[in-house]
Amino acid sequence: MEKLARAHVLVCGGTGCSSSGSKLIIPALKEKLEARSMGSEVKVVETGCHGLCEMGPLVIVYPEGVFYVRVKPEDVDEIVENHLVKGRVVERLLYKEPATLDTVPSYDEISFYRKQKRYALANCGHINPESLEEYIGADGYEGLGKALSMKPEEVVEEIKASGLRGRGGGGFPTGLKWQFTRSAVNDKKYVICNADEGDPGAFMDRSVLEGDPHRVLEGMAICGYAVGSDEGYIYCRAEYPLAIKRLRNAIAQAEETGLLGRDILGSGFNFTIHIKEGAGAFVCGEETALMASIEGRRGMPRPRPPFPANSGLWGKPTNINNVETFANVPSIMRDGASYFASQGTETSKGTKVFALTGKINNTGLAEVPMGITMREIIYDIGGGIPDGKKFKAVQIGGPSGGCLPEQLLDLSIDYESLIKAGAMMGSGGLVVMDETTCMVDVARYFLNFTQDESCGKCTPCREGTKRMLEILNRICEGKGTEEDIPLLESLAKSIKAGSLCALGQTAPNPVLSTLNFFRDEYEAHIKEHRCPAGACTALVGYVITEACRGCGLCKKVCPVDAISGEVKSVHAIDQETCIKCGACQAKCPFKAINKG
Amino acid sequence: MGDKLAEKDFARLDEVLADLGSSKGTLIPVLQKAQDIFGYLPRDVLVHISRKTGVPLSQVFGVVTFYAQFHLEPRGRNIIRSCQGTACHVRGAKGILQEIASCLGLEGDAVTTPDLRFTLETVACIGCCGLAPVLMVNDETHGRLVPDKIKGILDQYK
Repeated sequence: MEKLARAHVLVCGGTGCSSSGSKLIIPALKEKLEARSMGSEVKVVETGCHGLCEMGPLVIVYPEGVFYVRVKPEDVDEIVENHLVKGRVVERLLYKEPATLDTVPSYDEISFYRKQKRYALANCGHINPESLEEYIGADGYEGLGKALSMKPEEVVEEIKASGLRGRGGGGFPTGLKWQFTRSAVNDKKYVICNADEGDPGAFMDRSVLEGDPHRVLEGMAICGYAVGSDEGYIYCRAEYPLAIKRLRNAIAQAEETGLLGRDILGSGFNFTIHIKEGAGAFVCGEETALMASIEGRRGMPRPRPPFPANSGLWGKPTNINNVETFANVPSIMRDGASYFASQGTETSKGTKVFALTGKINNTGLAEVPMGITMREIIYDIGGGIPDGKKFKAVQIGGPSGGCLPEQLLDLSIDYESLIKAGAMMGSGGLVVMDETTCMVDVARYFLNFTQDESCGKCTPCREGTKRMLEILNRICEGKGTEEDIPLLESLAKSIKAGSLCALGQTAPNPVLSTLNFFRDEYEAHIKEHRCPAGACTALVGYVITEACRGCGLCKKVCPVDAISGEVKSVHAIDQETCIKCGACQAKCPFKAINKG
Repeated sequence: MGDKLAEKDFARLDEVLADLGSSKGTLIPVLQKAQDIFGYLPRDVLVHISRKTGVPLSQVFGVVTFYAQFHLEPRGRNIIRSCQGTACHVRGAKGILQEIASCLGLEGDAVTTPDLRFTLETVACIGCCGLAPVLMVNDETHGRLVPDKIKGILDQYK
């Protein structure tokens, strides 16, 4: 038996914190603790993502729950000497609220976490994702145990009663999907976990896979039991190497202990899970394309029906859900459907994980009850917009979604309300934009993405997105004409109507949504050849104002020698030569260079 | 270029094929392993895989050109993936990409440096939006980038 430690130091090993240097902190901590002969008293644990990636690397010291942010390897000495030896909290490493600059000593009091309800993410950041014991210690595999003591139909009913809906974007009722697969008659059925998280701006699935892999395996096994399947696949993006590594490790542990494999927990139920690495195609997030890819073919969608529940992988009935959906299943089974159903709104039950990114103070992952307003997410949890800039819009739902402007900030978020507002839940990526973001450029950005990722099967999607992109490029360069807006709208209609899968059907949404709320920006580009946000390079120029002291820094940094002027006198930019890279503005110590 | 491919690499490929080749749906894993061995997927390798697996060459080629992960041309020793996801886009990813290209002296459509030290690619999102803008070199992620940081990062890779 391992000796109980008097303190635990949790170091976030999620991708965000690892790339800001948490990998160096763990060995430094261990070394220092050994040097002070405290190696057995204090346990260092590498955890999954805590969600507050902006402030990484994060270090949390328990039992007190003291939350240190942006910790560097050189801070380790102080944490050990002052906190762990003398019991004094290291004030300078504590988190400060962006709005008030007050320091907050403990985890639970930070406004980023206070309004959250971490359900699917309950273990992320709190347990060691490479330890089966820690998952079981956090009530892991209890849901599977309970499910196996019930009849499969009862498990399906339980999921139906919870009101859980697909978290990958569509929002289809999960229990109903399971029932369809359950009722299909066949000797072989499959369960697939869609971990091909391709929406730019969404990374919740990655965090769950990296921070709590067993939860996903447990959810899949419960599903396998309910629908009558003995084999599962996880289709994971190859861009997520850490997630794949942790999943492999978790599968091996579960097989070794009899939580996966043959005769699970003595119930007679068999279930094995394989991992398939994706090969880099966004369209493979679409279920029929994903299955084609597992079968080793080009990942192109096919018409439905037949739905996967009747004819899926290798023609067999297949139940496919995404990572976050499966991550909700074990707790629903463990706690019963009624707890889950008591959260959220009438039609959208439970919690949803959102990825907060873009122009926002607290970037990271936040899990909140459905029905919360966008304002609460952006201002209370996200800490508002940095640098005193003004909020312009929030983009939700990735390349299939839309933008919500200021006047819709108090909208209660659920599947239906977002569709009504011309956006969609999607996978839950929220990209916040401020006054310096050009909405035409945002629409162009998404079109560029979908155009690139269109598989090419349906002509309206393949050709239509290309034409729309050309028009948007033209508008951003100031060469748009008045006919361009109606042309965009008509192309959008044809693409939506004439595409087989959701990629094409939703590809025009970012354009339609920005046209709906920010038509004036399109018109400014077209009629006045002006980009109101000052973001479209072809439409802006840089000018040096009277505030210039003639220090010459801009002249030095200009890559094309477009700036001239004598030392200590006001400089000037030759607009003909200028390539509008903005390097001079970034360098100017007197803020004397304006965009105009 | 095919004549430079090493015998021993084909022997390793045959091991992979013996291991995976017989079960269904293994074309993509076989191609992934083959690319790990050869660094890219030259024509001779595709022909070899097609002959051994019985999958028509046209189909193998179709799969290879469909997925962004597969490459028909030789690649650099270090792969830079500059993220152009939404979050990175609004936080200035375009400027980062330009800076990398100019540090590497890449012009026009070129993505690989002549000395094969680097290949520069863009990626739609590496799920690290909290640190935008980000780039990956091989399996390492670098975040909160500003153009001034790029040269220092690239210098770490030989």
